Amino acid sequence: MKLLRMKPGHGEIVLAEGDVAVPEQERELIEAFRRELDAGMWAAVPTQAPGGRREAELVKSFDEVPRDAERVIFFPRAAGGAPRPTR
Amino acid sequence: MGLPLGTAAIVLVVLLWELARPTLKRALTRARELWAAHTLKGTGRRGSAPVGYDPGRERRAERRARALLRSCVTEHDWAMYRELGFLRVWGGLGARADGATGVAASYAYLIYPHKPIVAYVPDTSELLNEYCVAFPDMSKPYGSARLPDSDDVLAKWMALTADERRLVGEANMHLPGRQVDPDRVRRDLARLKRWEQELCDRRAGSVRAA
Repeated sequence: MKLLRMKPGHGEIVLAEGDVAVPEQERELIEAFRRELDAGMWAAVPTQAPGGRREAELVKSFDEVPRDAERVIFFPRAAGGAPRPTR
Repeated sequence: MGLPLGTAAIVLVVLLWELARPTLKRALTRARELWAAHTLKGTGRRGSAPVGYDPGRERRAERRARALLRSCVTEHDWAMYRELGFLRVWGGLGARADGATGVAASYAYLIYPHKPIVAYVPDTSELLNEYCVAFPDMSKPYGSARLPDSDDVLAKWMALTADERRLVGEANMHLPGRQVDPDRVRRDLARLKRWEQELCDRRAGSVRAA
């Protein structure tokens, strides 16, 4: 499993990578996961339904991450408002 | 005798000033420009680019972001974004997209990079609302809180497909036209319709050929 984070001026970075079946690696993944949530990030797991449909699932704790998920993507939480119009 | 001489002297000074003023003004402007250029050179800045802005880095960031987006959405959606510059997400948990309920979605969203999400009625192309939402990274790793364009689109796509209600709740809702030109959205909807029709025709053609 890979924990990725979107970053301005860079694109995504790998925060942690490991096998959830290995306790030590799972601990590292959990710690990295908590750090990002504490920093106010949202976490999403991209998924694919049997029909081929793609969507994402927002997770609030590491327990909610499917064990077979390949990656969790962290991104800044949504805030109302947007840049001024450019038209 | 003194009064005429004094008056003549004042007139002379005023005339000289009026003659010399344009030249002095130009010289002063030039001196200011030279000083500004000297200051910029000293700080390593050029023109009006923000501090730390590196166009090469931004391009690389966008390339990574596009690869990430591509790995998350369907081939159809990726082609839509690559060719049209926006993504469509069906509303109401995408009933139309998977056909699970057999009921067509009554509304959908258009996701543009760094612009509000636009809700519309697919059957009539009527625009419903704009949802102004941003994903600012306040740690500003390179001096900016703004994600690369494709990361912004992916963040909106993930949030919408995962929890539409929550994202809509976080956003500021406005009537259409507040930030995104409604004519542009209508043109984009027409482009999307044409694009999907052509795609459909191409698929039908390849099936017939097979």
